[in-house]
Amino acid sequence: MSLMKISASAFAILAASALTASARDQLQISGSSTVLPFATIVAEAFGEQGTFKTPVVEGGGSGAGRAALCKGVGEDTIDIANSSSRIKQSDIDTCKTNGVTDIMEVKIGYDGIVFASDINGPDFALKVADVYNAIGGQVVKDGKLVANTNATWADATAGLPAQKILALIPGSKHGTREVFTQKVIDAGCKSSGAYDLILAAATGKDDAEKAANATKACDTLRTDGVVTEIDGDYTETLSRLAADKNAVGVFGLSFYENNTDKLKVATVEGILPSTATIADGTYPVSRPLYMYVKKQHIGVIPGLQEYLDFFVSDDMVGPEGKLIEYGLVADPNLAQTQADVKADKVMDPLK
Amino acid sequence: MTAIDPTGAAGPSSGVTGHSLFAPDQRTNARNASEKRFRAYGVVAITLALLALLWLLISIFSAGLPAFRQTFIEIPVTLDAAVLDKAGHGDPKEMASVTTIGYGKQIAKALAEEVKAKGVDAGTLTDKEIGEMVSEDSAANLRNMVLANPKLLGTTVQFQALANGRIDGYFKGRVTMETAARDKNTSPEKLMLADKLRAAGVVVMKFNPGFLTMTDASDKRPEAAGLGVAIIGSLYMMFVVLCLALPIGVAASVYLEEFAPKNRWTDLIEVNIANLAAVPSIVYGILGLGIFINIGGLPRSAPIVGGLVLTLMTLPRIIIPTRAALKAVPPSIRDAALGVGASKLQTVTHHVLPLAMPGVLTGTIIGLAQALGETAPLLLIGMVAFVKDFPGAPPSGLFDPSSALPVQIYNWTQRGDPGFVERASGAIIVLLAFLIVMNTAAIILRRKYERRW
Repeated sequence: MSLMKISASAFAILAASALTASARDQLQISGSSTVLPFATIVAEAFGEQGTFKTPVVEGGGSGAGRAALCKGVGEDTIDIANSSSRIKQSDIDTCKTNGVTDIMEVKIGYDGIVFASDINGPDFALKVADVYNAIGGQVVKDGKLVANTNATWADATAGLPAQKILALIPGSKHGTREVFTQKVIDAGCKSSGAYDLILAAATGKDDAEKAANATKACDTLRTDGVVTEIDGDYTETLSRLAADKNAVGVFGLSFYENNTDKLKVATVEGILPSTATIADGTYPVSRPLYMYVKKQHIGVIPGLQEYLDFFVSDDMVGPEGKLIEYGLVADPNLAQTQADVKADKVMDPLK
Repeated sequence: MTAIDPTGAAGPSSGVTGHSLFAPDQRTNARNASEKRFRAYGVVAITLALLALLWLLISIFSAGLPAFRQTFIEIPVTLDAAVLDKAGHGDPKEMASVTTIGYGKQIAKALAEEVKAKGVDAGTLTDKEIGEMVSEDSAANLRNMVLANPKLLGTTVQFQALANGRIDGYFKGRVTMETAARDKNTSPEKLMLADKLRAAGVVVMKFNPGFLTMTDASDKRPEAAGLGVAIIGSLYMMFVVLCLALPIGVAASVYLEEFAPKNRWTDLIEVNIANLAAVPSIVYGILGLGIFINIGGLPRSAPIVGGLVLTLMTLPRIIIPTRAALKAVPPSIRDAALGVGASKLQTVTHHVLPLAMPGVLTGTIIGLAQALGETAPLLLIGMVAFVKDFPGAPPSGLFDPSSALPVQIYNWTQRGDPGFVERASGAIIVLLAFLIVMNTAAIILRRKYERRW
């Protein structure tokens, strides 16, 4: 049975090599799927220079990335977590319990959240209140709070297209959802007047608890099928949108900018999203993107410090950098970030 | 005496009198009609299945075949020693300080000069914009070429660069003047220049072997994305599966079939093996993450872990056909061997197993083919990652990060740039080709060596 012998010896070699597995010599990065394309662009350019291997970049979501970062210190844990929302105190606590005491926070730039619809559909000029009136759970009608039954955008706000409401919003595992809830739904709840009515009816021990409950009520979206949560990436939102031309989807600015042949973007509060309007803060729905770095791995995993320096260099995230070309919005305080990275500054406690 | 019934010969069961056998009665008609209907259902079902298959193949091939052809820009590039080797020693170590950005500028300059030399009207495009028609990937290629052979410095080389994804998309019909006008990554002027350059022979479209050999690429350069790492990763995993699943599976089957006593325990094991074959593959992924990565400390994204997980998944799928093949060997062979004094082990290794081998190999190959196309368990062990470097040679390369064919497809379908749609479909074609080859091998083995008793 020569086949058996070959297999057996190959098995033996495999077993032996398991003991000789060498130290990790490339970075492992994981996290936000919004940051993923930016991180791969930098990783590719970093590896190309030939000094270090190309880092391995995984997606999976901001929360998953931070959880992986906080798993512990050592070669079998990741070095950097990409995140499209800020780290939470609970993450920091988990990190601390597992021995990850020094985390660096690197703000790489800003990303806009845009509403886009099919290229051949009508134009949308949205206000955050319109979005809330379309998909919020309870809306104001004739001065009273009622369950939302608006069928078309025109029902939600006169003047909008009479198109069936169908909103594709990111699922709760995405950092984008958090920002969407905060900057669109909560803001829209307030400006549409629903918040005041909800607050007046809210129960709670004191004002703070009442306010918290009111916000929670604002965040409860319609459940009659007009809101679809997308757990996958923006490509999934795009294909849903292609299947139902009535849909309005939530995308990242960079994704929209690379698919302008299929998508039409909506203005929010009269402002057209672009790198310029996001950078100067006039476009209301944007958020910073972060990398969370395990400082204890600097000097242990080769190339970590160099990768960070490379990432925040002007060639990448400066106003003319590669990532800016791709759709990231440059951080005006980049010089500070560069200095912090150079000094390996550990992040301050969350306020 | 009554008159003789003319049809009396047909017996009392004939029912209708005066009825010819050649003219079918009502019940026969009904039976025949129902058979006809049943056949029609069958034909409809087969037609539907074939149409679905046809539709699938057409959509995959029409979307994927363009991935095998690519637009190239062929230009002479002068490697300026003063820029690329400032120290002037021709030492690759010193020259490495010039980054790909430096090389990119050289290529852009060369293309702008070529446009002028060919007398092509570039319209309002600046030299920088002309340079953007070349893939960013070519700068890295040129740099590697020069660092590998510093003697090229100062000479002019005929360099073949990939065209930018949008230009490539234009020639493939994905990008039109209309979409280009809205696209900030390209412009109608660039497409017009590309048309002129194609007429001048600078821009050519041809077969792109790089799709099979190049590594993954970022969203900025879909034109440079290839399956190299994924194919190597898949091969490594199949190697691990073959090395582990075949011996373990065969040994288990031989023991269960030939040596084990038939009692409640072996029955229980048998039922469980059959159950394991039906467990959804994602469960093996969760198991792999828990055991091999979290407890065993093996690296993420490594082919060894993928191979181990797929081994677990494939084992029952090898054991079941192997046992069937062993069962199919007639007992007379065993009796004869035992009769001339062979031991039980000799009977098995000299006679039963060799005779069962075609069945075993067929089962193994089909198990491997299933494992090759499996995605779900690999999602959990970090194989869905951006991996740009080839893993090293085995055995240590089995521990390097790598990708795999099915997860590469999954990965590409999630990319933002529309250029990746064609890449993903192209990768499906490659995966299908591998599967067809493996399944054909299984069929040929079975046809050629199978013995019937």
